[in-house]
Amino acid sequence: MSEAARYEPWKNRDMTHVRPYGDTFDDGVVQLSFSLPVPPGEEAAEAARQLVTQMGFVEPSVTHQHDLGEDFTFVVLYAKTKAAVDFTKIKVAKVDSPRMSFYEINEFIEENFGRKITIIGACTGTDAHTVGIDAIMNMKGYNGEYGLERYPMIDAYNLGAQVENEEMVAKAIELNADAILVSQVVTQKDVHIPNLAQLVELLEAEGLREKLILICGGPRIGHELALELGYDAGFGPGTLAPDVASYVVQEMMKRGLK
Amino acid sequence: MSKLYLDPNLIARARTAASDIADSLQSFILERTTVAVERTVLRLYGMDGVDADYVPLPNVVVDHLKEGGVLERGAATFVLNAVLQTGRTIQEIGEAVADGTLNLCELPLASLDEIRKKGIELATASLERIRANRAKRDEYLTRLGEGPQPYIYVIVATGNIYEDVVQAKAAARQGADIIAVIRSTGQSLIDYVPYGATTEGFGGTYATQENFKIMRAALDEVGEEIGRYIRLCNYCSGLCMPEIAAMGAIERLDVMLNDALYGILFRDINMQRTLVDQNFSRMINSFAGVIINTGEDNYLTTADAVEQAPSVLASQFINEQLALRSGLPEEQMGLGHAFEMSPDLEDGFLLELSQAQMAREIFPRAPLKYMPPTKHMTGNIFKGHVQDTLFNMVGVMTNQGIQLLGMMTEAIHTPLIHDRHIAIEAAKYVFKNMRNFGEEIEYKRDGKIVARAQEVLNDAAAKLEEIRDIGMLEAISRGMFADVKRTMTGGKGLHGVFMRAEDYWNPFETLLRAELGLEAMAR
Repeated sequence: MSEAARYEPWKNRDMTHVRPYGDTFDDGVVQLSFSLPVPPGEEAAEAARQLVTQMGFVEPSVTHQHDLGEDFTFVVLYAKTKAAVDFTKIKVAKVDSPRMSFYEINEFIEENFGRKITIIGACTGTDAHTVGIDAIMNMKGYNGEYGLERYPMIDAYNLGAQVENEEMVAKAIELNADAILVSQVVTQKDVHIPNLAQLVELLEAEGLREKLILICGGPRIGHELALELGYDAGFGPGTLAPDVASYVVQEMMKRGLK
Repeated sequence: MSKLYLDPNLIARARTAASDIADSLQSFILERTTVAVERTVLRLYGMDGVDADYVPLPNVVVDHLKEGGVLERGAATFVLNAVLQTGRTIQEIGEAVADGTLNLCELPLASLDEIRKKGIELATASLERIRANRAKRDEYLTRLGEGPQPYIYVIVATGNIYEDVVQAKAAARQGADIIAVIRSTGQSLIDYVPYGATTEGFGGTYATQENFKIMRAALDEVGEEIGRYIRLCNYCSGLCMPEIAAMGAIERLDVMLNDALYGILFRDINMQRTLVDQNFSRMINSFAGVIINTGEDNYLTTADAVEQAPSVLASQFINEQLALRSGLPEEQMGLGHAFEMSPDLEDGFLLELSQAQMAREIFPRAPLKYMPPTKHMTGNIFKGHVQDTLFNMVGVMTNQGIQLLGMMTEAIHTPLIHDRHIAIEAAKYVFKNMRNFGEEIEYKRDGKIVARAQEVLNDAAAKLEEIRDIGMLEAISRGMFADVKRTMTGGKGLHGVFMRAEDYWNPFETLLRAELGLEAMAR
């Protein structure tokens, strides 16, 4: 073994076997915490150790436990894993259109479409949390980026919260929308999944699905999930208006939606 | 003595403007009633249960009167008339209307004197039950005591009331003073109150009278065991606002979110509807000894917290004046605000401290409700825990009344059972370790904290005077609160608003006005 491989093993690391790093290369150290529906004590700690052993961890060590009342115990553990992933084989679905600026997007629309494009957005179903859709659409925007309402070449309509999918489709027809943005913040018990899927079905029934860009977003939404549900793209936390608008205009171009 | 050197004349100016705004709203409110107000009257008379289609009887009866074209005279007249004419109880009358065997609009009308006499007699008995609940709370507080302020407020939100009970009791044992059962998402927009114990909900649990009863019993039980009264909170907002107030009064809830402006701005509920509903709901909350919480914190989650600070203060002034007109004492006004500035801001802590101290000084007797960071929580639980810690510091330094604890898992999921424990443990540590820190410090007269408070107060006063000039409803339609624009006739629930007829009668309103010393304000 060369000096470098012995003392700086991360320099030529094997990317086909990647595991967590604690404080020593390849140690596989993981921190874990969870609650058990049992009273606190030695038995609770042992139960936690056995559980993580069953999960495939080794050398589990309970560093803290606390009585939550009502016969529940919170435990904190450290353990090691022997599991590893082949990083060279990782494939992730990502939105890959380049991000343009506010000015570039407006220019792009003017040059390529020669008209304003229309984007409608809402929090649909029972979801009442507009913080996400507001950040993308409202004039003011978020984190230093203007929202879509501010874009001179975009007619943006933020329909607000708890909009039914049927209403969304009706609005899309009425306004001749080029793109629909659906925000879903409440994802407890996967309530967003059937709601998002229903919109796709309604659009397909109306023969609209191929004529517009359909996007969903929210803190628990990713591009992969969006594709699975029949959307064109999904945007997660940290998304700003230009991310969405760049994708919309480029996808419209690609699909020849003029 | 103001630590922020706030100008008492400026505070008085702002309060006068808010008072004028409230007066003009009040005369608008007193000319109207709503389907929800009328259903509340029936609920207060004890009408409960559902028909074969699970429609609550108060809805059945109010819809029946609405179809008969007599609702603008008030539901009480017709229901009490039926009591006199048929000798049945109010519950039996609801059931007879539901099964189609009784038409309230076709019964011969007894003399109004007789109807009113009977109505007042039965309403007095109903209010006695609420008074007894209030006495029971006082008895608990005397015997068991309570935690010091800021009260530690946490939420449960499993969707299943029985599972909520387990988590609520655990939270009480961990140190919570107030348990709020978050409602199922969307409940604010349904125009009836669901019935019975419920075990499924989305993002929360339906507010039903049975669910209130189940949770109340559980918290009383755990309170006895740990020797501390545990307050129960729910959401007296949305289209059934006054009905929830009535249910809460009957089941001895202690704290209620209760803010029309919140519904107007963030749930797109029609402003006429919810302002009328709010007035009656606050009278009930006032009489029941319920601490209301207002929703100013929400302005900060949708718009920029630094810029919106004067709006928050202006809204607190207006909410205070509206609450006074519903007879609500300052001790029951949990005016809302929040720690929502961007963590990236240099000296953001100073601005937060300034805002919280300012609210404390301007509303000295109100148990201010302080909301944690939510907008800038990221999913990084470790940083989130520190953000919550700074929030807790401001809470204890400025003697906030109710501290809604931040959860490090905010922005991820509804709290796991140990998320609450971690939050409570941290809050108790900060509160205890810094208990009298606020008493020990003064602020630099020409420093940033003082300057910021003065600037915010100044802007709020100017804003209130502007709102007085154009009118509150116009101000809302111009987007002067949280950048959201709402119109007089837009939003949900307008079809449920009625102009009161000349002989409109609401016996509970009459009695509560007398109880709350509001007679001078009646038209």
